[in-house]
Amino acid sequence: MKLSFSNPRIRALIYQAITIVAALAAGAYLVSNTLANLQDRHIASGFAFLGREAGFAIGETSFIAYSAADTYLRALGVGLANTLRVSLIGIVAATVLGTLIGLARISHNWLLARLATAYVEFIRNVPLLVQLFFWYVIIAETLPHPREALEPLPGFYLSNRGINVPVPEPHAAYAWILGAFAAGVALSTGFAWWARRRHARTGRRPPVAEAVLMLLILPPALAYLLSGAPTGMSVPRLAGFNFSGGVALTPEFAALGLGLIIYTAAFIAEIVRAGILAIPYGQLEAAYAVGLRRRLAMRLVVLPQALRVIVPPLTSQYLNLTKNSSLAVAIGYPDIVSIANTAINQTGQAIEGIAIIMAVYLTISLSISVLMNWYNARVALKGG
Amino acid sequence: MKKSFLFAGLLAAAAAGSAHPAAAQATLDAVRAKGYVQCGVNTGLAGFSQPDSKGVWRGIDVDACRAVAAAVFGDADKVRYTPLTAQQRFTALQSGEIDLLSRNTTWTITRDTSLGLNFVGVTYYDGQGFIVPKKLGVKSAKELSGATVCVQPGTTTELNLADYFRANKMTFRPVVIEKLEEVLNAYFAGRCDVYTTDMSGLVAIRASRAPNPAEHVILPEVISKEPLGPVVRHGDDRWFDVVKWSLFAMIEAEEMGLTSRNIDEHLKSAVPAIQRFVGATGEIGKALGLDNRWAYNIVKQVGNYGESFERNLTPLGFERGINKLWTQGGLMYAPPIR
Repeated sequence: MKLSFSNPRIRALIYQAITIVAALAAGAYLVSNTLANLQDRHIASGFAFLGREAGFAIGETSFIAYSAADTYLRALGVGLANTLRVSLIGIVAATVLGTLIGLARISHNWLLARLATAYVEFIRNVPLLVQLFFWYVIIAETLPHPREALEPLPGFYLSNRGINVPVPEPHAAYAWILGAFAAGVALSTGFAWWARRRHARTGRRPPVAEAVLMLLILPPALAYLLSGAPTGMSVPRLAGFNFSGGVALTPEFAALGLGLIIYTAAFIAEIVRAGILAIPYGQLEAAYAVGLRRRLAMRLVVLPQALRVIVPPLTSQYLNLTKNSSLAVAIGYPDIVSIANTAINQTGQAIEGIAIIMAVYLTISLSISVLMNWYNARVALKGG
Repeated sequence: MKKSFLFAGLLAAAAAGSAHPAAAQATLDAVRAKGYVQCGVNTGLAGFSQPDSKGVWRGIDVDACRAVAAAVFGDADKVRYTPLTAQQRFTALQSGEIDLLSRNTTWTITRDTSLGLNFVGVTYYDGQGFIVPKKLGVKSAKELSGATVCVQPGTTTELNLADYFRANKMTFRPVVIEKLEEVLNAYFAGRCDVYTTDMSGLVAIRASRAPNPAEHVILPEVISKEPLGPVVRHGDDRWFDVVKWSLFAMIEAEEMGLTSRNIDEHLKSAVPAIQRFVGATGEIGKALGLDNRWAYNIVKQVGNYGESFERNLTPLGFERGINKLWTQGGLMYAPPIR
């Protein structure tokens, strides 16, 4: 290789080296300038504030024990738990709802198709923040005060403080039951895998459905009986201002969840519909020719192929849902952005606070992406 | 060859353009060059800073900004207002987006030190309280254990609330909403039992926002000290002096009996203190870097502290209380202007 500036490869290397050095220099300059300015104005910097007492209370803590005497780090942890809780539930529910609506839109039932179309067109075109306010107003203003709460079932209360449901009182038995259920799930997965291989080898299909049902119900039931069959329930009761006992689904969580699920489901419906329509009609005709009815043809032939088209945009929608959950601060749900904002305001350290928020969302989004890309690779057509 | 020169040129331009010194002492000069004071105010708190039905900003915090503009420019209307929520206010001041924060902000040691800010004085001595609907039948804050409390984030209110309930071994559930309009909607809709903020805010809100003011009662307990005043950045003593003495001039004017209506007659007063105040003698304006008629302009165009209070707060039902002059048993005391 001729080592001269007239050689295009050498030129390319030189330009790239200059660009990298320039970018690093710009970054270093920004950082040092910021630190110098902060010092000049006597604004505290560094992450030492995470060990200080937070001093503020949080309305919903996702079952993490937290009080105003705990540190900022713990408060941020609670915010992260809240964000994850609403994001995960939102993703699962939005996928289910979105798939159903997407399928409804291409169904042969005229009413179903029109209703699904109206849903998608309306929900997609109204801003999410407006929808969140709408749900929050509906829940917080139309439901009655706790003292006049509705009681649709004994022990279940509906009021503008949320939905209160009775739960079993904590007992060691429930750990055993959970362990037994997990064992049942593992065994069923293994059994299903073995059954599929048996089917491929011998053509005979072992009874998977019945076996899985037994494996999921018997071990937990056995664990329940053997650990003393506890029946204690924590029932919500009106005490003073609010309900105590049981578990409460707050209006903030309900409004945020409903808003995010309904909004994202509209987008997912369109993605699912696009994926299904992308499969050539010949596939469906061939399935009909083999004797499959429409529903079976969709499930066995069209949907598995459509998944390849659906999964990448679906990943984007999952990431959108996670990031849209940061609108929680407008309706009072204490997610990570809301709590980090409070921390920023109380300590004055805006840069560290924003860096924490960015790091959290980056980590969550990258994790979702990695998971979905792995799944996408699994369903992709092998060999080009 | 030409491409690499262009590239190098761009780099140099970027480097030169992004270099700027941290201009700490220059706020007064920058304000003069701009021609107006950029003032951070509340998004809308009756009596303190709120636009009226014609969009003109009114309130005692707004009057503090106008006093600074009158002192610097001789024209109290040379102010532009930036409405800020409790969470945005300090970042806006620290970053230089506003010159002065006059937004019913409580003076605390953390804000004075680790946030890099300076409080110039107190325009209103306040305290935190609670408002509850009468139908709950609550007569004292000590009966509030287990209640749901609406509060705005990023305020001393949030911290004092947690401290008070902890100290009295009571529990509560917070509903934390950022925007004032939204949090009030939540309280008036019954989402929470109690709303807490400074007493001044409670009186203003009950008078101006409650659908039925008679249905709400402000509990008697005052659970904290909240001295509210304007704030400027660290590291700019000149601007700090200008804002501080603009505030003191308003208080001193009330003590001397000078109002916007009678100050013109006092221009020719024989009383030495008044002569110094209106700038007939002495060089106090020059020492501040302002025109010698700085205090006269403030009183003529904005009024003294008492006039500002009566114009903005008295119609809402506020009493002077501890905000009277020290000569009348209150806490308003200005150092002498000499």
